[in-house]
Amino acid sequence: MNAKVEAPVHQHRLRNGLTIRMKEVRTAPIVSVWMWYRVGSRDEHAGLTGASHWVEHMQFKGTPTFPADVLDREISRCGGYWNAMTWLDWTAYYETLPNDKLDLGLRLEADRMINSLFEPQEVESERTVIISERQGNENEPTYRLAEEVQAAAFRVHAYHHEVIGDLVDLNSMSRDDLFRHYRRYYIPSNAVLTIAGDFRSQTLLKKIRAEYGFLPRLTPPERLLRPEPEQQGERRVEVQGPDETAYLQISYHAPPADDPDFFPLTVLDSVLTGAASLNLFGGGLSNKTSRLYRALVEGEIAASVQGGLAATSDPFLYSIHATIRPDCSPERALEIVDREIARVLEQALSEDELLKASKQARALFAFNSESVTNVAFWLGFSEMFADYSWFAEYPQRVEAVSAEDILRVASKYLRPSNRVVGIYRPLNGRNHG
Amino acid sequence: MAEMEESLPQLDVRRLPGPDTILRRVLPNGITVLVRENFTSPSVVISGYLPVGSLDETPEQAGLAYLTAQGLMRGTTTRSFQDIFESIESIGARVAFVGRTHTTRIFGKALAEDLPLLLDVIADVLQDSVYPEIEFERLKAQHLTSLAIRDQDTQSRAALTFDELAYPNHPYRLPASGYRETVQDLRVEDLREFRARRYSPEGMLLVVVGAIEAQKAVAAVTDALADWKPGTASERPPLGNVKRPTTKQRKDVYLEGKSQSDLVIGVVGPSRYHENYLAAALGNNILGRFGLFGRLGEAVRKTAGLAYYAYSSLTGGPGPGPWQVNAGVHPANIERTIHIVTDEIRRFSSQPVTREELHDNQANFIGSLPLRIESNEGLCGALIHIERYNLGLDYYQRYPQTIAAITREDVLDVAREFLDPEWLVIATAGPKAETGS
Repeated sequence: MNAKVEAPVHQHRLRNGLTIRMKEVRTAPIVSVWMWYRVGSRDEHAGLTGASHWVEHMQFKGTPTFPADVLDREISRCGGYWNAMTWLDWTAYYETLPNDKLDLGLRLEADRMINSLFEPQEVESERTVIISERQGNENEPTYRLAEEVQAAAFRVHAYHHEVIGDLVDLNSMSRDDLFRHYRRYYIPSNAVLTIAGDFRSQTLLKKIRAEYGFLPRLTPPERLLRPEPEQQGERRVEVQGPDETAYLQISYHAPPADDPDFFPLTVLDSVLTGAASLNLFGGGLSNKTSRLYRALVEGEIAASVQGGLAATSDPFLYSIHATIRPDCSPERALEIVDREIARVLEQALSEDELLKASKQARALFAFNSESVTNVAFWLGFSEMFADYSWFAEYPQRVEAVSAEDILRVASKYLRPSNRVVGIYRPLNGRNHG
Repeated sequence: MAEMEESLPQLDVRRLPGPDTILRRVLPNGITVLVRENFTSPSVVISGYLPVGSLDETPEQAGLAYLTAQGLMRGTTTRSFQDIFESIESIGARVAFVGRTHTTRIFGKALAEDLPLLLDVIADVLQDSVYPEIEFERLKAQHLTSLAIRDQDTQSRAALTFDELAYPNHPYRLPASGYRETVQDLRVEDLREFRARRYSPEGMLLVVVGAIEAQKAVAAVTDALADWKPGTASERPPLGNVKRPTTKQRKDVYLEGKSQSDLVIGVVGPSRYHENYLAAALGNNILGRFGLFGRLGEAVRKTAGLAYYAYSSLTGGPGPGPWQVNAGVHPANIERTIHIVTDEIRRFSSQPVTREELHDNQANFIGSLPLRIESNEGLCGALIHIERYNLGLDYYQRYPQTIAAITREDVLDVAREFLDPEWLVIATAGPKAETGS
């Protein structure tokens, strides 16, 4: 009764280069359709920062076949939902729908891959909406701190700027800038279509060929490649603001997701700050038994601590974030973090700690496979930096991590010279430093 | 109209939760247990509540029920804080308790093989938590920091200000998480006494959904919690009537150094028990949710380009929760946004929605049901809803018909009853505008 046979992932590539990943999941009469493009903020030069995200917004503004109101209405009236997200390496669009509306998702993604209008008045209307989105982000001290830390960490690589872009570019970018960006990156050979849910793969493949087969075969765009040189010493940034609470962010340059060091660093993160959710929708575990919670929060230095290692295609950051109590200083918290990292380097992790990380990975893997939206997300997300086996073998790869692996990655990455230390200093609080 | 009804989504009723697939048991000590099997993933979710919340504290102790719930897992007679969390985190599970206005919510999630362990922790902390002094002081300091952050957050401050204006002399004006001044004065004895006096199995609800046979789940809950004896907590006094404001109310909170302002406009709305509640919910979907935020999204975001978000929400619970509009806008655009939103509310409460709008939103409500109950968490939420409001185990099987029967007149009646554009409560929080609107 409990046995559940894992459905295979059907993999195809059309002649125009469109990559297809499908997985049948018959838990409910639902399907989730995702279209992934290999374009994100890392593909933007100065002057065009935020273009990928803005193009994502414009993809909801309609085509001659599907005017904006029609699209929105069609999805909503069948009870479905749709959205999109732009990140460092990619942009993704999705619709989760009743399975008898699957064709709608296929048609609209094929249509807006090539036919979006980018009407000038819609571009202008969206300019203020995106600036409003950025200003909402700026209300958060942690956003302002993270933006400065990221900028300090990447002097050369285009991971330098936030996905939403710099205000100066949001004010100056033109409709034509955005349209060129769209035309360059939104082509079949630069896209991955992933679908999970209640369907028959062979029937669906015929429909996909009918909707996408006629799209042009174009050479995929070259990505902007400006590798970040190795950092030659610790960098520090400080941000001031009118709030009452201080924050500490310590960001270490970290390996990309397909690097062999990524999994040991994931396990080390779960030991230091707790096991984090694998996907982008939250849902991690509590972290009260992690080493840094015990040292910082039980040590009455911080009110909370979290860590995060992002799965990216180029080397990005492993970050530790702490919210500092008003009677303490960020500098004191930094001392404690350094002490705990030194402890990792001095004494190998125990067998119990490795077993715990392994069980946590197994549970999180199960939780992250529960909805068709999650399944389709993973089919595509893993393709952005590796392939689906990266996710499918996640529990086994965590289980294979040894204490020696942890020591190796800790000494390799968690060095002061490899990090940026960021402090948010509140002007209204007690912890001015 | 008959043609439109035919084109509404047709759901397979047999796949929806109903009397045949929900096992309901009431334990002798008063705990109600609902179970639905779902073997599509290897996890199990426990969700439910105790009927104790901030309504059971005095205004001077605002935050007491919240902190009492937060502190449950800080230590019991047999286990330390670290022991408790080691047992949960080492198996990749989650357990949380949150004190709210009417209830204290319980949530747990684990691999199905670990359900007994999860229930063991929940039973232990509910019955035998001791609130060690040192853990209480840490918890309080953490909570005070989170309240300091909240007090600098434009969304939170606008929402708090709205509640204070809309619910004068009513408990709903107070945030369940309390204020810094009230939390500062709480003592560990207050939490211990509150838990001892108020926490009881009577009226408790536990919903279990996941990869476990229903009878085994009931047996596991019985093993863990049947020995918990009912307490002697006095009945909660009935919730007083809300005296609705008879004029427009407005308050602006200034937070310097912010880039954007938040705005809340609304009224005291219907409770979930209101006979036309679903008509109000459907109308709310038309006003500020359908697609990218309904009529409000069209007017504020798409046409005027003023905001990244502008939506409405209806949060009727056991009492009359707010019916409100939220928007995040540049401070210079606050007055213009208020004007647009007020116009939309006036139109909504004076003219029937169109046939097309009604039909689209009925289709949305019906068609989205399988998506809302796809996950174990979604199913738990659905089962809690039908038990809490006595809707019957066949509620979701009747749901498509119920939604299809709502008329334009029903929506207009309930909009007229509650959404009076002359009596709106308006709260804003953010920096002062440098120029006029």
